[in-house]
Amino acid sequence: MVQLTPEELQRYDRQMRIPGWGEEGQKKVKSATVVVAGVGGLGCPLSIYLAAAGVGRLILIDKDKVELSNLNRQVLHWDKDIGRYKVDSAVEKLRQLNPAIQIKGLVVEITESNVKELISGSDVVIDGMDNFKTRFALNRACFELNIPFVHAAIYGLEARLMTVMPGKTACLQCLLPSLPPEVKPFPVLGATPASVACLQTMEALKLITGMGEPTNGNLVLIDGQFMRFRRLKVRRNPDCPVCGNPERS
Amino acid sequence: MIEVHLATPLRPLVRGARVVNAEGKDLRELVGNLEADYPGFKERVLEPDGSMRPFVNIFVNDEDAGFLKGLETQLKDGDVVSILPAVSGGSES
Repeated sequence: MVQLTPEELQRYDRQMRIPGWGEEGQKKVKSATVVVAGVGGLGCPLSIYLAAAGVGRLILIDKDKVELSNLNRQVLHWDKDIGRYKVDSAVEKLRQLNPAIQIKGLVVEITESNVKELISGSDVVIDGMDNFKTRFALNRACFELNIPFVHAAIYGLEARLMTVMPGKTACLQCLLPSLPPEVKPFPVLGATPASVACLQTMEALKLITGMGEPTNGNLVLIDGQFMRFRRLKVRRNPDCPVCGNPERS
Repeated sequence: MIEVHLATPLRPLVRGARVVNAEGKDLRELVGNLEADYPGFKERVLEPDGSMRPFVNIFVNDEDAGFLKGLETQLKDGDVVSILPAVSGGSES
């Protein structure tokens, strides 16, 4: 089992005081590998809090470069970073935030053919994507590799969160059997993805430490415009194209 | 009276409201009545042939209508219906 250094004991002191976390929980966090798929409005705040919490190995994946219209919400990318690859911009700042963890940035498009290779060996995959085609590929690969998948999506001041526990809870395609149409560009306030990204981070860290419980088959709705939070039940669909086939699950 | 909760992308159809009240013995009738009050509502929520759209989730009292009786799901006074078209935002450049 991995050990914590005196510096780490100090750095993570406040979160180790959380009941159910402690040094044992922090060792699990240090041993964990988390994939952040997309380093945009969700992926930036996500990776900041994952790095700050001491996740031992972060893998950031994004194929895009920083554009001016990203800067209202993608808080790891600054004015000087326009034109740089997002993963380069993000990794640079995250290493300054926490030099003690490993951070890998991959400039690559996630596709059905490479997704399993990209996420293989990780403990949690977090959805920071902007489109359902890639989300569906991640959702399927996570199911097949038995990796929890923390999904979120946003629109305006509204956000949605659902953690998929493969074979145990509904998956993304139980909720959405076929590809929805994409709306681009979509309206978004920076605080919306930031809010749900923090909740995604909590889900990931709970899964790693074993404390609390994830959304467990519920879709969590966050309506920032009217400041209301709701949970809706999502059941496993026996006809789900990903997890519904009894021969596979 | 049924309380219908609408996700953000549908609110422009109902003049920005989060919740509208409507009548209907089942979901199909409810959507029809909402179309009468808010023209254009039905085509955003249902397929052209009047069936449920796979990327618009409708919940009745927090249960996915797809696991109840779809558009034939019976409604009663005080029920809460939530209509959620998929939203895809997150990274976008």
